[in-house]
Amino acid sequence: MTRIFADLHLRINPKDQQTAERLITKAAQMGYHYISIPFTQGIQEKELTALKAICTQAGLDFVQRADFKPRTQEDLMHFLRKFRRKFELICIICDSKEVARQAAKDRRVDLLNFPSLDYHKRFFDRAEAELACNSLAAIEVDVKPLIVMEGPPRVRLQSSLRREVAIALEFHVPVVISSGVGEEALMRKPRDLASLGYLFGLDEAHALDAVSTNAFRIVLRNREKLSSRFVAPGISIINEGKSV
Amino acid sequence: MKRVKRRYLALQLECEGLPSEREFMDTLWAAVTKLYGEVGASLTGLALISFDGERKIFVVRSSLVSLPAVRASLATITGVSGKTASIHVLAVSGTLKALFSNLV
Repeated sequence: MTRIFADLHLRINPKDQQTAERLITKAAQMGYHYISIPFTQGIQEKELTALKAICTQAGLDFVQRADFKPRTQEDLMHFLRKFRRKFELICIICDSKEVARQAAKDRRVDLLNFPSLDYHKRFFDRAEAELACNSLAAIEVDVKPLIVMEGPPRVRLQSSLRREVAIALEFHVPVVISSGVGEEALMRKPRDLASLGYLFGLDEAHALDAVSTNAFRIVLRNREKLSSRFVAPGISIINEGKSV
Repeated sequence: MKRVKRRYLALQLECEGLPSEREFMDTLWAAVTKLYGEVGASLTGLALISFDGERKIFVVRSSLVSLPAVRASLATITGVSGKTASIHVLAVSGTLKALFSNLV
């Protein structure tokens, strides 16, 4: 079976069309099918249309993603109310325990991202995993720090990631591996990206799922939900007839 | 003694200019050593098999058990001999014959 690969976190400024075009073309050459560039300040129609056009030209499927770093629970709820129906993918960058817990239990959140390198600021523990597994949220691992860092910081990060991934697997929380890069030189082929999963304890099958199945399942689920034919999970309008 | 199973990897180097075989292998060893230490690196059995300067394709050999470690190390390489570079795995095979037939 041919795998469909996705890199859901290419860190490009949507306004920088030239860089975006270069990176998108490269992603297509590398064998990705889905890519996503996060919008951090709401939806900008002009940039979105341009990015979609570039992706279509390169033969890629563009996923609309919004990243948000809320300071409080109220901030998070406000953001989700405002943007959930506008984006196909919602990623919450968890910088506090309060936000991490709320994001993990909210069914509108797709990805939980813990960017901090500080052990004490990474909140993906067993309690968080239990909340996430009930709400279908996945944990996103950006591999950029593993590529660019060296020495003790990388060792500490690997250790944290290994612990978090082991918890995620125990609680059946999907793990999504993304690149998180914004430079051509740091882009990796899907299988090379997956191979970095070995550094934090993912075996080959789980690592490949993390760059393919786990990622595009979220996208497909959300696209179904956002379609006009969706009624409720498992129920959708197949055909509309005239009332007699 | 049990025979050591090996895998051959075809690697595509992406960088400006062309490093020498020695520089390339030094980068590979440095990456593996950084991640797994000297003992870990010694277990990989890395060796350069062939080198196509025109297409910038290198073929290296590694032991099967340490293949995931080698692949992870390759993905962490960001430069060769001071120049920005990246290495992509084109193909992995158990025999050189199959590897070269995959590359054509």
